[in-house]
Amino acid sequence: MKTLNELKNMRDEFAKSLDSDKKEDEVRIVVGMATCGISAGARPVLDTLIEEAKLKNLSNIKVVQTGCIGMCVYEPIVEVYEPNKEKVTYTHVDTEKAKKIIDEFAQKTEEPVESTSLMDGDFYKKQKRIALRNCGFIDPENINEYIARDGYAALGKALTEMTPDEVIKHMKDSGLRGRGGAGFPTGVKWGFTAPNKADQKYIICNADEGDPGAFMDRSVLEGDPHAVLEAMAIAGYAIGATKGYIYVRAEYPVAVKRLEIAIKQATELGLLGKNIFNSGFDFEIETRLGAGAFVCGEETALMQSIEGKRGMSRVKPPFPAVKGLWGKPSCINNVETLANIPQIINGGPKWFRSFGTEKSPGTKVFALGGKVVNTGLVEVPMGTTLREVIYDIGGGCPDGKEFKAVQTGGPSGGCLTKDHLDTPIEYETLMAVGSMMGSGGMIVMDEDNCMVDIARFFLEFTVDESCGKCTPCRVGTKRMLSILEKITEGKGTMEDLDELESLAISVKDSSLCGLGQTAPNPVLSTLRYFRDEYIAHVVDKKCPSKHCKALLTYEIDKDKCTGCTLCARKCPVKCIDGTVKNPHVINQEACIKCGNCYSVCRFDAVQKN
Amino acid sequence: MQNDFVQLKQKEFAELKEYIDSVKNVQGILMQTLQKAQDIFGYLPLEVQKFISDETNIPLADIYGVVTFYTQFTIEEKGKHTIGVCLGTACYVKGSQEIIDKIADELDVKVGQTTEDKLFTLEATRCLGCCGLAPVMVVDEDVYGKVDSKKVPEIIAKYRN
Repeated sequence: MKTLNELKNMRDEFAKSLDSDKKEDEVRIVVGMATCGISAGARPVLDTLIEEAKLKNLSNIKVVQTGCIGMCVYEPIVEVYEPNKEKVTYTHVDTEKAKKIIDEFAQKTEEPVESTSLMDGDFYKKQKRIALRNCGFIDPENINEYIARDGYAALGKALTEMTPDEVIKHMKDSGLRGRGGAGFPTGVKWGFTAPNKADQKYIICNADEGDPGAFMDRSVLEGDPHAVLEAMAIAGYAIGATKGYIYVRAEYPVAVKRLEIAIKQATELGLLGKNIFNSGFDFEIETRLGAGAFVCGEETALMQSIEGKRGMSRVKPPFPAVKGLWGKPSCINNVETLANIPQIINGGPKWFRSFGTEKSPGTKVFALGGKVVNTGLVEVPMGTTLREVIYDIGGGCPDGKEFKAVQTGGPSGGCLTKDHLDTPIEYETLMAVGSMMGSGGMIVMDEDNCMVDIARFFLEFTVDESCGKCTPCRVGTKRMLSILEKITEGKGTMEDLDELESLAISVKDSSLCGLGQTAPNPVLSTLRYFRDEYIAHVVDKKCPSKHCKALLTYEIDKDKCTGCTLCARKCPVKCIDGTVKNPHVINQEACIKCGNCYSVCRFDAVQKN
Repeated sequence: MQNDFVQLKQKEFAELKEYIDSVKNVQGILMQTLQKAQDIFGYLPLEVQKFISDETNIPLADIYGVVTFYTQFTIEEKGKHTIGVCLGTACYVKGSQEIIDKIADELDVKVGQTTEDKLFTLEATRCLGCCGLAPVMVVDEDVYGKVDSKKVPEIIAKYRN
């Protein structure tokens, strides 16, 4: 393909089969086949739908796989698009239900299959899909479906109608900020890299989504890989790079596979490769796999890793824009940032600015998880409040439990309380209350979660993932962890709290890279907002959430105990006394609080206090 | 011992050599080579690292440095099945620690260890990105979502034969 006209003709042709208004009687059935869908059992569902449609000779039914539909909690999900009808969503589909769905089309007499119209709820109402526009609708392994949704039109427009400087100006005007967490303006970053002269420059896509509890980038790569490729080519044109690398976590095999298919298809059509759209611009993309190191999400460490070395960060400056991969000027953008770019080129900066806020235009994708009813992937305009996301979209905490905290920004972010629920989501506002935007993980915690233990959990993570190059991060985080462990074991003192705080501030101020600089945030924010829980651990030697085992006592309720002897047999220190069919008693002095009796009891007779 | 390994695995070494030759001209290929080698051998013993060093002219010290830096590379042989329990935040707040304790108890191994019969290796994994299905455990390629610690023996039993 060499001209915009050819692309447009292709677009029109393929759009017919996608657009439900235009086609005559074709029924499009999509199955959510992102990693979560597949794990929930979507593959046999997809196979059954295809087989059944074939068996019943329903040639007007087109069954396709798609990426993440967003409602993880309802997977496997099947959606049916009939001409001139509202789409119908089927949740928790198994092969039986899949058969019935096809049966309904074959013989309209059967009882209708129970469906859920998710569109009615607030789940979608408060969302605006830009980065996730195609996720859950198109088949990510079919470039034609991407083209049908205006795919590669932005690249064509940039290459044939705009100069590189105009592309950069466009990005600056749009106000798009890096969605990887720090929020640096994308256009400014491109503007730094563009003027540096070199025989080779690189565009790097950071797809090393390491924050635990975050899966936005995986969903984009699995659901709409071409959007990322197109954006990388546009970025390459803007800064004068002819080669792109996508650094993906090896933990995401489905994303890697779909990216490779996408690169192959785009290259075959001439949308990547030599002389794209006859503009004289060449661009190729290669994928590189990570091998399980969180620090590789940091840009300088990531480039080391692409070079095949230990992923250790280095001092900046020189910034990657000057000296990056293999010493050449490089520009690194995050997956979600890139996914916004084709639409900013097509729609224009003004359109993009019509969403979100003055300082943070556009939308942000969040992976909503933890103790919330509707776990899933949501995309909301910036400025939406935490309350709207957690309650209106997420449905609040399940089982009538009380909301306690929300964690944003992963191991670099902080925990916020119910007093912050009306904070609008923006880079600056979250920073001001001691958390950060981060890449988009949003974990809700309820009354059963111990905040001291959560701080310990994150510290354990950063200690393990510190690359070891600079002392504050290597030693400081380890010391912080040992204080936290002391506290959760009930051996902490009030002096420990002061020492923990001062250590946290030192590590934050003196670490080399973002990992160490932000590692104390979970500790500092919990000390700030949940100090009473720390004090309960230290002074009263109690864990208010009944989580920290060392601070609990286990007792047997003699009315519930049936005398089955199971706990006594499983007790590693033999501290449970009792005879068959008589209530047992735990000898508190000998008890090591391992919790074995609590987990083995079939009658809920063992109680935590 | 070393010669035994090289003797026994001639076919595997040939396969690795074929891969190394195919990427000779690609820049910064060490990580992929190690990933390929781990695919072939299941782990990266010193003999394999030495072989890669000889074939690529990358010093053995550098290779060992990379192998020990990244958690995915292992220099010890793993069990036939690898059980991973996700310790990402979403899984952790939903009780995955309890699941990992239960498995450790059931198999009588610690995290990171392999059972004596070489059947299972237990690992704590980083976030698998299936946070909507938390808590999550993986056995080889099979993902189990919303795991209840009571179901653990049942899941493990499936892989015993």
